[in-house]
Amino acid sequence: MRVGVVTFPGSLDDRDAARAVRIAGGEAVALWHADADLHGVDAVVLPGGFSYGDYLRCGAIARFAPVMGELVKAAQGGLPVLGICNGFQILCESHLLPGALVRNDSLHFVCRDQRLRIESTSTAWTSSYEVGQEIVVPLKNGEGGYVADEATLDRLEGEGRVVARYLELNPNGSRRDIAGIANERGNVVGLMPHPEHAVEPLTGPTTDGLGFFTSILKGLVEA
Amino acid sequence: MSTAPRKSRDTVDDAIAHPEREQPYAELGLKANEYERIKEILGRRPTSGELAMYSVMWSEHCSYKSSKVHLRQFGDKKPETDKLLVGIGENAGVVDIGQGWAVTFKVESHNHPSYVEPYQGAATGIGGIVRDIISMGARPVAVMDPLRFGAADHPDTRRVLPGVVAGIGGYGNCLGLPNIGGEVVFDPCYQGNPLVNALCLGTLRHEDIHLASAKGVGNLVVLYGAKTGGDGIGGASILASETFEDGGPAKRPAVQVGDPFMEKLLIECTLEVLHAGLVEGIQDLGAAGISCATSELASNGDGGMHVVLDKVPLRDHTLTPEEILMSESQERMAAVVTPANIDAFLDVCRKWDVDAAIIGEVTGTGRLVIEWQGEVIVDVPPRTVAHDGPVYERPIERPDWQDALIADAPSSLKRPASAEEVRATVLQLVGSPNLASKTWVTSQYDRYVLGNTVLAQPEDAGVVRVDEGSGLGVAISTDCNGRFAKLDPYNGAKLALAEAYRNVAATGAEPLAVTNCLNFGSPEDPAVMWQFSEAVRGLADACLELGTPVTGGNVSFYNQTGDVAIHPTPVVGVLGVIDDVEKRTAMALGREGDVVLVLGETRDEFAGSEWAHVVHGHLGGIPPEVDLAAERWLAQVLVAGSRSGLLSAAHDVSDAGIAQALVEMSLRGGVGATVTVPDGTDPFVLLLSESTARAVVTVSPSDVAALESLAGQHGVPVTRLGVVGAPGADLVVENVYGGTASWTLDELRATADATLPALFG
Repeated sequence: MRVGVVTFPGSLDDRDAARAVRIAGGEAVALWHADADLHGVDAVVLPGGFSYGDYLRCGAIARFAPVMGELVKAAQGGLPVLGICNGFQILCESHLLPGALVRNDSLHFVCRDQRLRIESTSTAWTSSYEVGQEIVVPLKNGEGGYVADEATLDRLEGEGRVVARYLELNPNGSRRDIAGIANERGNVVGLMPHPEHAVEPLTGPTTDGLGFFTSILKGLVEA
Repeated sequence: MSTAPRKSRDTVDDAIAHPEREQPYAELGLKANEYERIKEILGRRPTSGELAMYSVMWSEHCSYKSSKVHLRQFGDKKPETDKLLVGIGENAGVVDIGQGWAVTFKVESHNHPSYVEPYQGAATGIGGIVRDIISMGARPVAVMDPLRFGAADHPDTRRVLPGVVAGIGGYGNCLGLPNIGGEVVFDPCYQGNPLVNALCLGTLRHEDIHLASAKGVGNLVVLYGAKTGGDGIGGASILASETFEDGGPAKRPAVQVGDPFMEKLLIECTLEVLHAGLVEGIQDLGAAGISCATSELASNGDGGMHVVLDKVPLRDHTLTPEEILMSESQERMAAVVTPANIDAFLDVCRKWDVDAAIIGEVTGTGRLVIEWQGEVIVDVPPRTVAHDGPVYERPIERPDWQDALIADAPSSLKRPASAEEVRATVLQLVGSPNLASKTWVTSQYDRYVLGNTVLAQPEDAGVVRVDEGSGLGVAISTDCNGRFAKLDPYNGAKLALAEAYRNVAATGAEPLAVTNCLNFGSPEDPAVMWQFSEAVRGLADACLELGTPVTGGNVSFYNQTGDVAIHPTPVVGVLGVIDDVEKRTAMALGREGDVVLVLGETRDEFAGSEWAHVVHGHLGGIPPEVDLAAERWLAQVLVAGSRSGLLSAAHDVSDAGIAQALVEMSLRGGVGATVTVPDGTDPFVLLLSESTARAVVTVSPSDVAALESLAGQHGVPVTRLGVVGAPGADLVVENVYGGTASWTLDELRATADATLPALFG
């Protein structure tokens, strides 16, 4: 199974995402922002970082990268896409996901081991988990507060598209403690915390993040 | 600010034709004798461009003119080692860690800019040290920041600290470098002179080492990265070389502004051109900008370079040539590239959207010639700019107050005399700013990025994995107790090294090499020069004895307000190697029933201690005894115990002694311990003395004999203290003046966690 990891100028967690794909048993394929070609990958991860320095607005410039044109088309056709942190911001800017990510309510960048509850396992990226399962993965963001209008939030809740929620402490002021959401089809997921940093007992607080990557590989094998 | 002469250009021909023109050398920070020396070198007066170059390159910050004669000891007393691939003098030293891997690491100060503009000062401190590392051909893999501020509750600390922390986070996080440790220390002596030191660690294969030199006549000099602007002009020469005076002109424009996104592109672009073999020599642009890069590259190479200054891409087209030479705009690098490789080099720059311009070429003339609008404005022997600056043997005098300071021993300070008083004292210390949790600071830094962080703060040392296949890794720690150094600069520097060395060993890594950042007051004060010379002598002696060579470092003088200097603060960084990071020892108490022991000997030593500082506001006496042989034996036990899997936890004993060590280990593990003060031992001394060469460790009950045997072989005393409790158990100390002192983890955590948020929001 080939999972693409896109590198934009300013992407930082691309190596980590590729490592997580490998540990889960997949083949990581490096995709370049300026190359309007997905090279036939079976799924794509948009990694964390500060694409284009987060200048203008997080993700606002990256959405215009040549690779994104292909990615948006493929995602609309059902290609599994996971956007982590900056990747989540890019997915919102690309209108593949509703809402936006705003400055943390604390006004500080925050890096912590965050407890989450998995709310939906019917997405391409969460089928390895149980509904209600609690996991701990790193969270690190300066602009991670998820916002949308009430109607959108109600629809996300009603359609089971809230993928994960913050437990114990809402680290960034996200509405309804939302840590991640999916599109209607469930193939596109945006997540503010970093599961790719929780895949090895040596370097992560847990290995709870591996499930996102095994989910996609399992789904691809079954498909 | 217009420190550079703004009159129309001043060419070499003008300098010859008008020898008597008055020049503002004093405003540029040069002394009269230094100006005379420049005239002697050139055989004429310098042009204004030459004057600009000499003034920045001969500043204290760039030339080390006051420290050079002392720093030679690091070379003269260098221990025998085959681990040093590149030594002092290059951008950063390079250390062999085995398996074909090398690491380079260095710490630098950005103290003065960070006081003027905390966010940008701290941010560009990270930027500068990272460029030092990439110019050695290494990939930066971690940063850490030893920070020192004035009193925690002083209003100005509220201005400086949050800005510094946000700047380090804002820049480092955006570069994708994990911040794995450092220090946050408060003391009123740093009120007007916060110390913002930045350390960067890089990894490389042996064959990838690159040096800063311009070799090969006809090779091209490329300036790439950010465009040159008016920021930071005279930053190094003025900010770092003179103390601030009330009523002087505002110096804010002399602080540079950082763009971490550009730096990230510069890292990737630089590593790509280096690995593709497209570069003959490379140099980062930091203090003194183009003046420094061109003169150092030329001086280290074939000796000649011709530069066309008009080719430098500018952000501000009103800049004079002198300002272009002095600008400290960030995120710039200079490379020497053969004509055959230039197209490939420029292609890589384009790939990363990095501006690049060919600004000159290497010549065989032995001269650095710079032209501007077709006329020669600089024509100098580059070595005289870069390496043959003035060298001073500054007057040295032991301060007259030193004897009174060490005579004021802490023996008469009131000590706790009951279990309840010990309990209260420990709680007071746990919540004091220097010992309280630093989570408010470190949670603003990304410690996970790159996925190789094995240990990060609050562990004794940061540990990163270098080779994902073999598990080879390195540990790094920085330390300094400025109070000890104030009481005795010679032994204070040794103590700083001893603590960093011990911290590295506590994780199971074998200490290998040293870097330093020597923060002191004005070198023009003989008392400060005495402190400096003693500290350098102490550090050099200790490095020789411990077998850990100094690979490089940085000196920051003029950290003083008026006549009052900071405590001498020789921050020492120690790098260690660990064959398999899976085997590292962490500090958290874990398994219930494991036995808690202390390695090393506890003496009644409270001079300069955290207890004397917090409880009595006292500083006086003779600091703890330095026993480097004991440190070495202790380290061997810690490393062997880690490799064999004997130790389930280890933590260095330093500030506030065994009590604080136990508190930190308990909080980290979420479990306390029950320990007993041995009969015949004074509980206060056992718990709070700051004797060196000690560590608290835990082993399973069946391994106690093995540990005692291992320690015995190395002559390290072992004292059994107690056992680890059940999850969530209290920390309990029995046999304290006939009673028991105990703390719940909740109260310890609440006390430790409350302090910094209450102060800084």
